[in-house]
Amino acid sequence: MDSNKEAGNSSHFDPALKSSSRRSITSSHSRGSDTVSVREVPLSHSGSKPVRYGSKGADSEGFSMSRKEINDEDARLVYINDPQRTNERFEFSGNSIRTGKYSVITFLPRNLFEQFHRVAYIYFLVIAVLNQLPQLAVFGRGVSILPLAFVLLVTAVKDLFEDWRRHRSDKVENSRLASVLVGEQFEQMKWKDIRVGEIVKIHANETIPCDIVLLSTSDPTGVAYVQTINLDGESNLKTRYAKQETLSKLPETERISGLIKCEKPNRNIYGFQANMEVDQKRLSLGSSNIVLRGCELKNTKWALGVAVYCGGETKAMLNNSGAPSKRSRLETRMNSEIIMLSVFLVALCTVISVCAAVWLKRHNDELDMLPYYRRLNFNDRDKEGEFTNYEYYGWGLEIAFTFLMSVIVFQVMIPISLYISMELVRVGQAYFMIGDNRMYDEASNSRFQCRALNINEDLGQIKYVFSDKTGTLTENKMEFQCASIGGVDYSKTNEIQENELVEYSVEVDGEVLRPKMKVKVNPELLQLSRSRLENDKGKRIHDFFLALAACNTIVPLHVDTSDPKVKLIDYQGESPDEQALAYAAATYGYTLIERTSGHIMIDIQGERHKFNVLGLHEFDSDRKRMSVILGYPDNSVKLLVKGADTSMLSVINKSSNMDRIHATESHLHSYSSLGLRTLVIGMRELNTSEFEQWHQSFEAASSALLGRAAKLRKVASNIENNLCILGASAIEDKLQKGVPESIESLRTAGIQVWVLTGDKQETAISIGYSSKLLTGDMTQIIINSKNKESCRRKLQDALVMSQKLMAASGVANVTETSFAPKIPTALIIDGTSLVHVLDNELEEQLFELASKCSVVLCCRVAPLQKAGIVALVKKRTSDLTLAIGDGANDVSMIQMADVGVGISGQEGRQAVMASDFAMGQFRFLVPLLLVHGHWNYQRLGYMILYNFYRNAVFVLVLFWYVLFTAFSLTTAINEWSSMLFSIVYTALPTIVVGILDKDLSKRTLLNCPQLYRAGQRQEAYNKKLFWITVVDTLWQSIVIFYGAFFAYWGSTIDVASIGDLWTLAVVIVVNIHLAMDVIRWNWIAHVSIWGSIAATFISIMIIDAIPTLPGYWAIFHALGTGSFWLCLLGIIITALLPRFMVKYIYQYYFPDDIQISREAEKVEASRVVVGGDIEMHPIPVGPPRS
Amino acid sequence: MPPETSTSSAGGKEGSSGPSSKKNSKKPKYSKFSQQELPAWKPILTPGWVISIFAFTGIIFIPIGLASLYASEKVVELPFQYDQKCIPSEYSNNAEAYIKSTTTNKTCTATFKVEKTMKSPIYVYYQLTNYFQNHRRYVKSKSEDQLRQKSAEEDTDDCKPEARTPDGQPIVPCGLIAWSLFNDTYKIKVKGKHLKISKKNIAWQSDQTKKFGSDVYPKNFQAGGLIGGAKLNESIPLSGQEDLIVWMRTAALSTFRKLYGKIETDLEANEELSLVIENNYNTYSFGGKKTLVLSTATWIGGKNDFLGLAYIFIGGLSLFFAVCFLLMYLFKPRPLGDPSYLSWNRNPGMIK
Repeated sequence: MDSNKEAGNSSHFDPALKSSSRRSITSSHSRGSDTVSVREVPLSHSGSKPVRYGSKGADSEGFSMSRKEINDEDARLVYINDPQRTNERFEFSGNSIRTGKYSVITFLPRNLFEQFHRVAYIYFLVIAVLNQLPQLAVFGRGVSILPLAFVLLVTAVKDLFEDWRRHRSDKVENSRLASVLVGEQFEQMKWKDIRVGEIVKIHANETIPCDIVLLSTSDPTGVAYVQTINLDGESNLKTRYAKQETLSKLPETERISGLIKCEKPNRNIYGFQANMEVDQKRLSLGSSNIVLRGCELKNTKWALGVAVYCGGETKAMLNNSGAPSKRSRLETRMNSEIIMLSVFLVALCTVISVCAAVWLKRHNDELDMLPYYRRLNFNDRDKEGEFTNYEYYGWGLEIAFTFLMSVIVFQVMIPISLYISMELVRVGQAYFMIGDNRMYDEASNSRFQCRALNINEDLGQIKYVFSDKTGTLTENKMEFQCASIGGVDYSKTNEIQENELVEYSVEVDGEVLRPKMKVKVNPELLQLSRSRLENDKGKRIHDFFLALAACNTIVPLHVDTSDPKVKLIDYQGESPDEQALAYAAATYGYTLIERTSGHIMIDIQGERHKFNVLGLHEFDSDRKRMSVILGYPDNSVKLLVKGADTSMLSVINKSSNMDRIHATESHLHSYSSLGLRTLVIGMRELNTSEFEQWHQSFEAASSALLGRAAKLRKVASNIENNLCILGASAIEDKLQKGVPESIESLRTAGIQVWVLTGDKQETAISIGYSSKLLTGDMTQIIINSKNKESCRRKLQDALVMSQKLMAASGVANVTETSFAPKIPTALIIDGTSLVHVLDNELEEQLFELASKCSVVLCCRVAPLQKAGIVALVKKRTSDLTLAIGDGANDVSMIQMADVGVGISGQEGRQAVMASDFAMGQFRFLVPLLLVHGHWNYQRLGYMILYNFYRNAVFVLVLFWYVLFTAFSLTTAINEWSSMLFSIVYTALPTIVVGILDKDLSKRTLLNCPQLYRAGQRQEAYNKKLFWITVVDTLWQSIVIFYGAFFAYWGSTIDVASIGDLWTLAVVIVVNIHLAMDVIRWNWIAHVSIWGSIAATFISIMIIDAIPTLPGYWAIFHALGTGSFWLCLLGIIITALLPRFMVKYIYQYYFPDDIQISREAEKVEASRVVVGGDIEMHPIPVGPPRS
Repeated sequence: MPPETSTSSAGGKEGSSGPSSKKNSKKPKYSKFSQQELPAWKPILTPGWVISIFAFTGIIFIPIGLASLYASEKVVELPFQYDQKCIPSEYSNNAEAYIKSTTTNKTCTATFKVEKTMKSPIYVYYQLTNYFQNHRRYVKSKSEDQLRQKSAEEDTDDCKPEARTPDGQPIVPCGLIAWSLFNDTYKIKVKGKHLKISKKNIAWQSDQTKKFGSDVYPKNFQAGGLIGGAKLNESIPLSGQEDLIVWMRTAALSTFRKLYGKIETDLEANEELSLVIENNYNTYSFGGKKTLVLSTATWIGGKNDFLGLAYIFIGGLSLFFAVCFLLMYLFKPRPLGDPSYLSWNRNPGMIK
């Protein structure tokens, strides 16, 4: 009942991840469960009736719990070729898609609704509404709505534009054409008009318009090849099958009818369960019978299918949602300061209200007549003949109103502009990240992608990097390296011929066929294979390469080239290892030319041979091997097996040839220690009785209704034994460029790199060495236990040991190794142990141990375990985590980590779709984190503090003035100026600095990865800086306010003029404050800062040139007086003096790393002329790889 | 420095990139802007810079401070606080009753001596204290439109509680500000001769031409039950009512001066001035002081030592810091950009 178990297990996993174990295992095709390779093999010598063989056909059912009935309520009933009836009861959605969010009518309400999800916006809305109440109207009505309206408008326009683009692409998509069966004929129909239940005919190279269940294809066995590149990005061909029962039903000849009962639309693209009733027979359908929207039909002339899911209900569309939005750490931390500011705001308002209360009480007797208060309205009497009160609602209410009014006046304390500037800054930062030449991958012609816009700054604070191995550290481009055939190692001479790539071509019917890939060869072996010796050695070589060419599921495609006579053979297969082996075999003269159902054509040294594929046992993760049963042209039948060394060695006939086996074993060992992936090839000749026996049990198993997968597996295991060893192949999983150096840099930067891989331990360790993750001087702690108890013991032992090591090296470390942050210990743990560890209280210990180790390598981990490990770290530290991976099996990890990075490489787009950032190569992580992350963090951290400061200075100046207006909330600063302050007067410079300023150059940051630790230490934004800023803010506001206050006390100055002075003073002070912190003065910084000051002058002049405003012409009068200029100059200098001084003292006497590096940059720049190139520090060179 | 070489990682990959990839390469275009390599000036706070900036500030500020102090010293100011002096002794405990009464004689005379020669023009100010012309209720209580144009006469919504007469007629000019117009008057005699106090051009030209209409005449002003201050001559349009215009430019602070008039003749030192003050305005209810001020003016405005002193103080402080920093630099210099100061070089064993 293994299949039950498997089905049960798998149900724990996120279905979208099921495909993932595929490449995690050394041996070739581990795409476990979802691929179905049922082959229909016409057995030439056992009758001509097509029989279906397959070891995996049942697996889809195993997954889709075929034995469990689909409930009628949960099912969707599709009447084949009867869309009316299908859609009668339920309106299934049509095939038109809508990715656009809004329509003309819904745009406004929906967009506003979405925007107001932000608490800050609601705050400002409430304030704007409060201001509309006549009792509370501090500002003019229009003025008070302006900032919010502005922000809303900017965002709305942005959304509108994006949506318009989506609508446009929808329209294109919806009006594509497909042929649909109408009546008796196929007619061209727009995609959007296709309905569930209709029969669709797809021709070669056409895109599938909706999810269809295959009925028949041009292939007599019902095979259809599809390319799913649009869906999951995998460019290889996948096979899909029509059910035999429907194969012969062609609409041209008879009317097809039937009922499909399938599950409700869901987003699992690897799973499908349904059953179909045709001709009173019930057939179960699995994921191999459905072709999804967005796939392309290849290599198949036509395919016929019935639409089951349309439009928005297709799996492709359901999967179309973007990555879940994450919030950056900085923004989360910022919230606590926002709360602080709110408290501060409430405090200010309380002070004002209390003072106002006291003032009203003390002057209560005078209020009626006070010329500037006049509580009584002498021109209006109430019914009793008493004078009424003029806008006076009693002491208590007045206080309440005062409080609310002061909230309105001081509203900008919570900087609304910060939110919009942050957004703009992030867009700008993203622009530069995308545009960075350093992060452009030429191999895949892909730029860096920012898929999430709100966590740019997190990139500057990463502490843990979780990396996938295959495709991330390595290229996932398998290259056949060497082989051991019959106990002889053919790898020695390899290095001499390093650059010699040999290609081999065959001529068929005047056409030259040439494999697409060139392979490095061993000349000795090449010679041996070409000469086709008839001795033992030659035979083994022959069998070995034949096995490589035949024992696979590769589909060779013939691709046209510019030369009409030459065609390239492109081996399409699901496992890169298999492809590599097939190319290798081709190079040595065994070219797989054609695969049709039931037989394969192999060109052996120029002669074409046709082999019958009598049976095929797909790879599965229990057996860890695959096999084919091949009918040779001479009617002999052979079993060819290839698989992982451990699983193969156990089924090899040990009675003979022990030497050969031992030699092969030792070769295997040396290959895998070089980081090569190894496979063992075995063979056995089957006699007729054996074959018949197998054939019967195989047929019985493949037609079994229950537990088919398990039965097939058993059949396979039965036959796969007593093998004769042919040899072993070694495939290099090439490291990506710059990986060792990148890992070195990241580690110097204080980032812990954890590698999580599905590979086996030895491979993982060898890749660890070659990528410099592991070094020779490291102590390795290896945990691979089968049960919980031994896990616990091992963990405890390891902890004790690491403590000892720590104590021992603690002394040595300080003097010797310069900046290894941890003792060099490597923890290597495998998936089975992790199952025990992650499930219970051992987690804590594991984390403790892991945090003591400098390297953590997890091998044989399942996708969900990867996420579990990330979660483990996330739960226990506040440090930021980054996960990087390229395949579907990394999706959960990418989504779990604070920052998810997808590699857009060979393995498709699943990881990219789930990621926050996507790029072409692992090594781009270094510029991404060390340069852009560092910059983004520094910039944004500074920007947030600055925005707090900027608005607080302004609010405090207003506050001080209120204290001298009998607490009546008059603002000297013109209301227009107060509104323009944060959106015009001071907005641009912070955005420019937030996007463009750089504390250090790229070169320095890359040379000194240690500088990255500034972000990990949160140097750009922390509580201390916040409070320093608060103190500075207080000082500056006091100087600005009281400078003018004392200068003009008892003078003729009017409200508007002193207000203009304060406005200018605040704007100039905050802008120069920023200017003092600008590190790189390029022309944009100059323009924005000085431009803002100029713009303020101009705006004030414009405002003061409007006769209806009370401040008419005030600025022009003020500008003409000497005291105005004296005041302004004095205020600016005095306000900024302390900051300047503190800044200098800090920078000169307590410099941080960034400051020193800045100086070094400058010093160096001047020294370069002299020619001396100073190295800031040596990067410790790791021991050579073993 | 691993990624330095990354840009040159061209097509080492065989077969994967066809010949077409060159054409539609997505490689970002190189520009100094997009690669964030714009030429830039990268100032660093070196001791030299900082010391010079402080010294420079000191050197600039002290002379400016001295000049302002000198200018301020040159201003001759003659303040005369009369709010208590002009209350007859029998009312000294009940000043409010005196000022509110319509029967009492409000005229009050006093003499004072010019201490220094005052060159014309001599400005005559009245100074009020504890008077919150900047109170929100007060500041708002006026109608800009009504003041500007006759057609907006009815536009009195903002003017409460002095918007309309009890029978609903609009008050022009309406609002508390206008209603509370200052109405003390001053006459100054020198050696028995009246000194002419010119009331022309005491208001801002800009206000007269743009804010106060030449076709808007006072109407129903101070006609209600409660008189707040001065009455206006109904035959003069608002643009000609300079006292009103001055008054309506509300003061920023609660102690303020407003220009009453100008004296165009010089006053010699030791001259005896006799004042005739019409003490009408009620500041007694809220304890406001009233002062008559004669003052000359210089470039810095009126008498104001604060700015000068502040400048000298800041300038001195700057010089002091310049010297301090210089000494600190001489005794404890730090080589710029010395890698040995880097945290990872300073304490190598450091974790995190």
